[in-house]
Amino acid sequence: MSEIIELSFSQLAAAYVFVIVLIVIVKAKGIPREKDILLASVRMTLQLMLTGYVLVLVFENPHPAITLLAILLMQTFAVFNIYKRIKSPLSTAMKQIIAFAMISGTALSLFFFILVVIRLNPWYHPQYFIPLGGMIIGNSMTGIALGASNLVDGIHKQRHIIEGSLMLGATPQEAVRSLANGAFDAAILPTINSMLGMGIVFLPGMMTGQILSGVSPTTAIEYQIAIMLGIAGSVTLTVFLMVHLGAKSFFNQQKQLTL
Amino acid sequence: MFQLKNIRLHKILHIPDLIIEGNRITCITGESGGGKTTLLKLLNRMKTPDAGTITYLGQPLESYDPVQLRRQVVMMAQDSLVFPGSIRENLLIGLRFSEKPGVSDDVLKSMMEMVKLRKTLDEDPSNLSGGEKQRLALGRVLLMYPEVLLLDEPSSSLDEETESLVISRITDYVHKRGKTLVMVTHSKALAESIGGDHITFENGSPKPMPGGA
Repeated sequence: MSEIIELSFSQLAAAYVFVIVLIVIVKAKGIPREKDILLASVRMTLQLMLTGYVLVLVFENPHPAITLLAILLMQTFAVFNIYKRIKSPLSTAMKQIIAFAMISGTALSLFFFILVVIRLNPWYHPQYFIPLGGMIIGNSMTGIALGASNLVDGIHKQRHIIEGSLMLGATPQEAVRSLANGAFDAAILPTINSMLGMGIVFLPGMMTGQILSGVSPTTAIEYQIAIMLGIAGSVTLTVFLMVHLGAKSFFNQQKQLTL
Repeated sequence: MFQLKNIRLHKILHIPDLIIEGNRITCITGESGGGKTTLLKLLNRMKTPDAGTITYLGQPLESYDPVQLRRQVVMMAQDSLVFPGSIRENLLIGLRFSEKPGVSDDVLKSMMEMVKLRKTLDEDPSNLSGGEKQRLALGRVLLMYPEVLLLDEPSSSLDEETESLVISRITDYVHKRGKTLVMVTHSKALAESIGGDHITFENGSPKPMPGGA
């Protein structure tokens, strides 16, 4: 069986039975979540439909400017999403560093992946560029949000230790070293864990998607390995840039902690 | 050693003219919130004044690299810090931060004896009492043998007997090695018993006390 099963309207509608089951259960248990479930289902449906139509349009009219615009939109969304996820107050400098680390780190990883690993021709082919870009940007976004939360919270909580270290003659880098390493570690851990469990605990989305669309599992696995390595590289690069520059931004020229 | 002129900071501190002599002990007393800790932090550039000039060894403080300055002018904060790791690592961390060579366990043990901390080097310091943590923090800065020691309430958690013993050992240490000590203390009696220079802070300004040796 290699041809793709096209889902008809009634088949897709049947999948909404799951949502109805969920709503019945929360209602029966008295958990006030029906509205959220309904809203999430409707939003997901509309957002994906819209994305589907936009992607059809983009795939039918491949153009480097459109591909780059799509990536830029994803980046912008990701950066604002990171700001929203961090509960501690963010300085302007820290916001700029997050945006810089996110955009430069993912762009570098994505172009390396597209040009050197996949060797896409033409390089802006949206069918590859956009989904691969989405995976790299999405995972890096999660990494940076985790790392920045840990870094900013940690510096606020450990202010006395950092200042005490400076008073003992530590450089700012040394004073925040263990904290910055902890933030980096927390940020890359989900990627490492997902690599550890991949193929055994769960089958990753991209691979599953490719298999469902008729691609041979061995090809799907090759792509999955490559994209996982690409994601690991991008998460590492973006988080490293954010932690390195972010930690510095908490100190002024007099090497004083500024909070 | 330090000269402060027309210093102003956040409307709380105003120091028209103050000299802190080298190779001596200077005690600073005064009401809490009166600017004593802030004065110490001005001397090691942990704070920068809004106006005025500070010189150290005749040179403006800004001409020193802040990190290099803090390796010569070492400050022990009021809240006794405990870093992750054993007592040994906690004692050595000042030397590590200031990129100075480490010392042997024997040296560490004699320092612990000096600050009257009767514990083993491998112990976890997070379980120490407040007074023991304070003595650990003291041992850490004394091991660094800096030119200037800035101690902020170094004996606030010690009982009277231990306070008197530890303070007398610190003053011996400073005199024998020709170092400079600037110490904030809550106790005027303690400041007077040490017999060095004595400055008291009132409403954010220093008043030299008569009778300083």
